[in-house]
Amino acid sequence: MRKELRLVVNGQPYELYVKPKTLLVEVLRDHLGLTGTKRGCNSASCGACTVMLNGMAVKSCSILALQADGGEVLTVEGLASGGELHPLQEAFLDHGALQCGFCTAGMLMSAKAMLDENPEPTKKQIKEGIHGNICRCTGYNSIIRAVTAVVNGEYKEKK
Amino acid sequence: MSKYSVIGQRVRRVDGPDKVTGSAKYTFDMVLPNMLYGKILRSPYPHAKILNIDTSKAEKLIGVKAVVTGKDTLGRKQGIWRRFPELCDEEILCREKVRYIGDPVAAVAAIDEDTAEEALDLIEVEYEPLPAVFDPLEAIKEDAPQIHDGVELNMNVTRHIEWGDVDEAFKKCDYVREDKFKCSSQAHVCMETHDAVASFDHGGKLTVWTSTQSSYYIQRLLADILDLREGDIRVIKPPTGGGFGSKFELDSAQFCAVVLSMKLRQPVKIVLSREEEFTATKRRTPMYYYLRLGAKKDGTLLAKEVRVITEGGAYTAMGATALYLTGFFSSFPYKYPNYRYDGYRVYTNTAPSSAMRGFGAPQSTFTGESQLDMLAHDLGIDPIEIRRKNGMTPDYEVPGQAFIQSCGLHECLDSIDEYIKKRGELPPNHGIGVAAYGFMSGGIFNWFDTPYAFSAALVRVNIDGKVDLFTGACDIGQGSDTTLSMICAEELGVRLEDIRIHASDTDICPADLGAWGSRETLMNGNAVKMAAADAKSQILEYAAAKMGANIVYDLDIKDQWVHLVDRPERGVSYFDMVKEAIRGRDGEVIIGRGHYTPHRKGMISPAYSFGVQAVEVEVDPETGKYGLTNVTTAHESGTVINPVGIEGQLEGAIMMAGGYGFCEDQPMDGGNILNPSIADYKLIRSLDMPETEILEIDTYEPEGPFGAKEAGEGLTNPTAGAIGNAVYDAVGVRVTDLPITPEKVFRALRDKEKQSKQS
Repeated sequence: MRKELRLVVNGQPYELYVKPKTLLVEVLRDHLGLTGTKRGCNSASCGACTVMLNGMAVKSCSILALQADGGEVLTVEGLASGGELHPLQEAFLDHGALQCGFCTAGMLMSAKAMLDENPEPTKKQIKEGIHGNICRCTGYNSIIRAVTAVVNGEYKEKK
Repeated sequence: MSKYSVIGQRVRRVDGPDKVTGSAKYTFDMVLPNMLYGKILRSPYPHAKILNIDTSKAEKLIGVKAVVTGKDTLGRKQGIWRRFPELCDEEILCREKVRYIGDPVAAVAAIDEDTAEEALDLIEVEYEPLPAVFDPLEAIKEDAPQIHDGVELNMNVTRHIEWGDVDEAFKKCDYVREDKFKCSSQAHVCMETHDAVASFDHGGKLTVWTSTQSSYYIQRLLADILDLREGDIRVIKPPTGGGFGSKFELDSAQFCAVVLSMKLRQPVKIVLSREEEFTATKRRTPMYYYLRLGAKKDGTLLAKEVRVITEGGAYTAMGATALYLTGFFSSFPYKYPNYRYDGYRVYTNTAPSSAMRGFGAPQSTFTGESQLDMLAHDLGIDPIEIRRKNGMTPDYEVPGQAFIQSCGLHECLDSIDEYIKKRGELPPNHGIGVAAYGFMSGGIFNWFDTPYAFSAALVRVNIDGKVDLFTGACDIGQGSDTTLSMICAEELGVRLEDIRIHASDTDICPADLGAWGSRETLMNGNAVKMAAADAKSQILEYAAAKMGANIVYDLDIKDQWVHLVDRPERGVSYFDMVKEAIRGRDGEVIIGRGHYTPHRKGMISPAYSFGVQAVEVEVDPETGKYGLTNVTTAHESGTVINPVGIEGQLEGAIMMAGGYGFCEDQPMDGGNILNPSIADYKLIRSLDMPETEILEIDTYEPEGPFGAKEAGEGLTNPTAGAIGNAVYDAVGVRVTDLPITPEKVFRALRDKEKQSKQS
């Protein structure tokens, strides 16, 4: 019943055997122990499970793991590199863009996917970029300020 | 030296790095060795007798380890109003009767969630459906079905508040208005649903990790219902994905996980699904409001009469407190010389209503601020002016109820007045509405019957100067870990990075009532400040001896520097002094203790914060469709300890309270909530979020730590009322039942058009 699944997650190749109905979020959280990615609704409505698959933001609760076979996944655990936080992470910390933190991983991944595609989004485009992610704590505006600060070059990626 | 080194600084959250990297482990993320997964079977009927539950087929399913029902419990009813046994009315696992769609009847533990889910379908429950009642106005009729034995007319709780001579005062009024309003339900929608991991070991000790607003309450309530010793139960709150009032009662995830674990002596984890979260946890209390308001021609308010009937749902929960607070806050923030409130909480066969951010005050503020604008309009008085004329001032006593010390309401009114005038003439179909509010900084009431201080803290100063702060306060995202660490650092004279906070673990932290009623900053903050001051005084005793200062000099610590207050250059490094002090006391570490319970502060709260909010809307007069374009809030919360935290509370409150006023609702049919998913439950997302502006007003609260008071919930009070007033300002129609949806605005516009044609 189980099928072979090859995935590169945060730069690390994995070879797994999963049931056909296993979701990508289940592989990440339950098989690989990458619990930074959350599940808030299991119906692709809240965005807490957002990760990047082959460079695009996807809701990992609505993708079968086998659909991602051969793909490259980036989760919140892979954002920081070489012991340095990603500019978005730094900006979120400075702007109070998180409170309970349960939406934060998804929010960061949506923001990163948006900036990768369009490094100079307008405020409206930033709002559109995170429209699929619910945050029940912050009211979004601090998140928008944090992303704007990154867009404005206030946080440089450390090499 | 500046007055404060840590307080008022823009700092990063102490839990921030863990949360932005995905390292923070929530209950939702926990996996223990040998852990099982639980699921809960819930009633499909709003009201029914349980005739029989057959679990035999479910038990035989491979992978199922245990099935429990109410028969596996002591059958005790529980509730958070522990002092009043008649209000402890919830079994959690029902034995004889279910009272709403979602009432738990059985729970399963299995090797994985899928197996547990499958087993639920194999449990056979024989019900005898009973007539059910859903509307409180129906439930109080003589012939309505009785939901709890012996509770006549389904009357759960009644509350009365009165001062002055209301009837006499109404006779003296030049103008009196009577109005009715309806306040809707609202779901908390915490991003982390209710969940728990329970582990009962062979030594008879129970550990529960859970997403909660009060680890102490859960510990005590479990002790009651399980007949265990409080000290044999350890409740730990890992990082928690939101609470908003939904997570300080004992819930079905916690209780069922514990019952299963006690049967199996294996860890059991239960996570409620999003649908369960919507249908089978508590929610904001829907209310029918009747208001009578009387004034002199010049706008002086003479009397207010308030009658409220609330849809209680199946159990008391925290609804009794919401019933009281909506009555108390209906008098806010004005000086009514004569006031009368009668509140009735009625059982219905719906999901229990309870606490939600604002705790009855968003309802009272929506209704009160709507009616006040209506009255001002009738009398031809400016909305700001009528609020100025009647608004509370510092050192005001709410007759027989409460003492208000600091109050910056009038400065807030001035500030919003200036903002509106600056805004000038609005574009067509735009409108601005204002609402004024106040809120408490923690409740004084002790219906929980705790024998402990309301808040307590311990501070341990180690040999290297690093400080461990132990507190029962619960950070549910609002940022209390950061705010309390800042208070500790400031008082002790060290830096924020010198503090490590250990919070909300009942085994190692002193009891605290938890995060509700906006209590942590003032109450736990006072306890932390006292503990830090105690530790500091122990260091300064050695410093005084060591430094050989004249005894007329005062010593203090600031920025890690132990020094003479009047001659700050004469000092010693804090780190050196700590080392010597500990050596001087035979190696014993320094431990400071602090606690706080409000005394002589009236019946409600030790302090109140105030504010005024202006909401601007743009309405399409053809369709009624409208959006919030700007929300500007002048507010005061005493000394601002953590400015980033306050901004977050304010903007977050606008998202939640804007949703309450604008789009959030839980329509029902026959006790069924019709929109139990995030796709169907409309809430404010990033594109709907208005611009937000904060006008900070300085006040100092003598009762609060460094002058601080509430800054969390009060901000959810004004928005719905201000939206209603803004819609009226824009297009001249008044909607009196929440939420003020475009559809209701459209209907009101159509009615207005019809009326104008007729006349």
